[in-house]
Amino acid sequence: MSTDINLPIYLDYASTTPVDPRVAKKISDHLTLDGNFGNPASRSHKFGWKAEESVEEARSHVANLVGCDPREIVWTSGATEANNLAIKGIANFYQAKGKHIITSKIEHKAVLDACRQLEREGFEVTYLDPTEGGLITTSLIDSVVRDDTILISIMHINNELGTVNNLHEIGSYAREKGIFFHVDAAQSTGKVEINLSELPVDLMSFSAHKTYGPKGIGALFVSRKPRVRIEAQMHGGGHERGMRSGTLPTHQIVGMGEAFRIAKEEMFADKKKIEALHKKFYDSVSKIEEIYVNGDINNKVSNILNISFAYVEGESLIMALKDIAVSSGSACTSASLEPSYVLRALGRKDELASSSIRFSFGRFTTDEDIEYTLSLINHAVERLRELSPLWEMYLDGIDLDTVDWQTH
Amino acid sequence: MAYSKKVVDKFENTINEPAKHNVGRFNPKDMDIGTGMVGAPACGDVMKLQIKCEQQGNTHVIKDVKFKTYGCGSAIASSSELVEMLLGKTLEEAKEIKNIDIVDALELPPIKIHCSVLAEDSIKQAIEDYEQKQ
Repeated sequence: MSTDINLPIYLDYASTTPVDPRVAKKISDHLTLDGNFGNPASRSHKFGWKAEESVEEARSHVANLVGCDPREIVWTSGATEANNLAIKGIANFYQAKGKHIITSKIEHKAVLDACRQLEREGFEVTYLDPTEGGLITTSLIDSVVRDDTILISIMHINNELGTVNNLHEIGSYAREKGIFFHVDAAQSTGKVEINLSELPVDLMSFSAHKTYGPKGIGALFVSRKPRVRIEAQMHGGGHERGMRSGTLPTHQIVGMGEAFRIAKEEMFADKKKIEALHKKFYDSVSKIEEIYVNGDINNKVSNILNISFAYVEGESLIMALKDIAVSSGSACTSASLEPSYVLRALGRKDELASSSIRFSFGRFTTDEDIEYTLSLINHAVERLRELSPLWEMYLDGIDLDTVDWQTH
Repeated sequence: MAYSKKVVDKFENTINEPAKHNVGRFNPKDMDIGTGMVGAPACGDVMKLQIKCEQQGNTHVIKDVKFKTYGCGSAIASSSELVEMLLGKTLEEAKEIKNIDIVDALELPPIKIHCSVLAEDSIKQAIEDYEQKQ
C-alpha cells in the first residue's frame, strides 16, 4: 500500500467531477486552427461539416447512454438550463390545458426557482414533502394531483442524499393521468442505468460535469414518442430544432459526448469499485456513536453518503477535516450558513441538519483516500465532542429537548 | 470560508491540545465556580464557560477557566480566545471585556460577529452566577 497520499482528498464528486483526461484530450482537439474548430451551423464549407459531424457523434453517445433517439437530445448550457427549459417550456406551451405543477421540496434550486418564477406568472405549484427517507412516491403525488395538473417534476437521484426515486412508478402514474413528467437526472448518468426507450418519462435533464465532462454543457431529453412540445426560452438562430438557439459549443459538446461514451463503457466497473469504497467507509463510520445516515440507506446510490454527526457542528467538522474536501449539506447553501433545506424537508431537527456532511466518491477515489479520511473523521469527531457541551449533556443523560435554551 | 489565519490557528490548537486550552468542566455546584451557558443547538452554537474565582482583598480574581463550545470554527476560536483573556483578571476587569476585543484579536469576518457576542454573553452570565453564590 502506498503511503504517499495526495492531499487534500477530493470527496465532493456530487458537486462536480474532474474532467477525465480522455475527455480533456477530445476537447482540446476541437479548439485551435489545427483542430476541429468550425461552427457546426456553417453549411458552406468543410470546417462546418466536420464540426457538425463531431456534434452529432457526441449526441449519439449521450443518447446511447440513456437509451433514447439522438433526435431527442437538445444541448443546453447545463442541467440548470435544461431544468428551466423543461419546466417553463412545458408550462408556457401547455398553459391552456392547466396551470398546476407538482414538484418536491428536495429538488435542486434550478427546479425550485424555475417553479417560483412560474408562480409569479400565475401558475400554481405544489411542493411535496418527501418521506422521512427522502423519497417521493406516487401516493404522495396522488394526494395532491388536480384536474389542471400539467407537469410533475421530480428528480431521479437527490444530490444531497443520493436517494433514488422510482421513475417507472411515477412515470406510469403520470402517463395514466395524462400529465407530463420531467426528471432532473443530473446525478444519475454513469451511476445507474437509464433506459428512456422503456421509461415513461417525457423530459429529462442531464449535466456533463457530474460525469467527468466539462462544466457549462448539458442536455435535455425531449420525448418524440409520445411527442412533447416545449416553448423555447432562448431565441435566436433556431438551433436545436428551434428549442434552444445559440451557436453550439463544439468543444464542450464533444467533451460531454466522450464523457458519456466512457460512462457507458465503464459504468459497471466504476459502480463496483465505488460500492466497495462505500462499504468500507460505511462499515467503519457506522461504528461511531450517535451518527445518523440521512436518506434511506437501502434506496440510494453508493457514490453519495450523507451523515449527521450528532452534537458536533458541521462547519467545525469540515474545518477539522481540512485535508478532506466535502460539503456540508449542499454546496449551494454552505455559503449562507443555513441548515440544508433538503434535510429540513426530511424532518431532521436543525441541529442534526447542521451537523451533516455529504461525502461523495468517484472514479478517482482510492482505498487509501478512504482509509485516511476515516482516520481523520474518527479523530475529529472525538475531539469536537470532547469540546461539545451538548455531548457532555448527552453523556450525563440530559434530554436536550427539555433544556430551556437562551436563543440569541 | 474566509477565515483569518488567527481563527484557523486558534481553532486547530484548541482541538489538538484541549487540556492546554482549558477545555473541560468544573462542578457547577462548587461555591467558587461560576457557570454561564448561552446559545441554542438549533441556532448552531452553544457556549459553556466556567470560571473558578478566589477572593483577594475586596475583589475576586479568576484563577482558572474551563469551557466547552458546540459551534462553528469561529465560535470555538472565540471561546478559546476569551478564556485566555480572562485568566488572572479581576471580575471587574472581566466585565470590561467586550465582543469587539475578540473580533479584533481574531480578525473575525463580519458574518461571524455573533460568535464574539455569544462569548461576551457567556462571561457575563458566568460572573452573575458566581456573584449570586457569594
